[in-house]
Amino acid sequence: MTLRKYLVLAGVTFFGSVGDSMLAHGMQQVGSVSLAHLPSVVLSILNPWVAVGILFLLGFFATYMTALSWADLTYVLPATSFGYVIVALIAKFALHEHVSPMRWLGILLITAGVGFVTRGPELTPPKQAGERNLQEAVPTAVER
Amino acid sequence: MSQAYVWGAIIAVAAISTIGDVLLSRAMKQVGDLGELRRTRGVLVVIGRVLRTPSFVLGICALALGFFSLLIGLSWGDLSLVAPASASLTFVLNAIAAKVFLHERVDHRRWMAALLVAGGVALLSL
Repeated sequence: MTLRKYLVLAGVTFFGSVGDSMLAHGMQQVGSVSLAHLPSVVLSILNPWVAVGILFLLGFFATYMTALSWADLTYVLPATSFGYVIVALIAKFALHEHVSPMRWLGILLITAGVGFVTRGPELTPPKQAGERNLQEAVPTAVER
Repeated sequence: MSQAYVWGAIIAVAAISTIGDVLLSRAMKQVGDLGELRRTRGVLVVIGRVLRTPSFVLGICALALGFFSLLIGLSWGDLSLVAPASASLTFVLNAIAAKVFLHERVDHRRWMAALLVAGGVALLSL
């Protein structure tokens, strides 16, 4: 892993968590969306918080695609899990939502779990994937 | 809004997002390292190659659906429940889908992480 790759992963975390928080703030200003009035979801992008949140999520998307071009999906998602902690902190201190101790514990558990995985390699070697496919194919052939 | 609606939205977001993530991951592996490609061939070539990949277009459609489901979910429930719960469920579903469809090496570390995340999601719902 190079510094550039770590910066890309940090970008995924930052843009994703801040964008989500802005969207949540905007959607709470818009109010509850009814299934009977789905077009109102599209109109919600007129809210400034939702609009800026979408810009941040575009940044998230660009960095996310870059990360997926050189790392496994099951590596990128956990490696960027610190975003949950950022979201919880924003929810608590900026949006003044109540975050119960159990939810804090849940967020901690999620972060621990996904952080655990980042100690492994970021990409499944193509050769190894091929070997596994062969290993899976052999018992099938024997069974037949 | 009732908890059943909130959790329905969370499950919908996770399932649709997983389909989008898998398609997008497949597309990006087909395109190759975007950073390297940008340095050697330029941004326009990168954009052209990405846009011409069918899995990318399908993945974007799925992620857009997931995004609007998330907007609805966020208008129904707390950010600190809807955002982490849907993202964590997406992670668990992604681990399964990545092994089955993308043939990623999901070793004991990654499965352990999936279990911890599932536990975290259960705690979030309390």
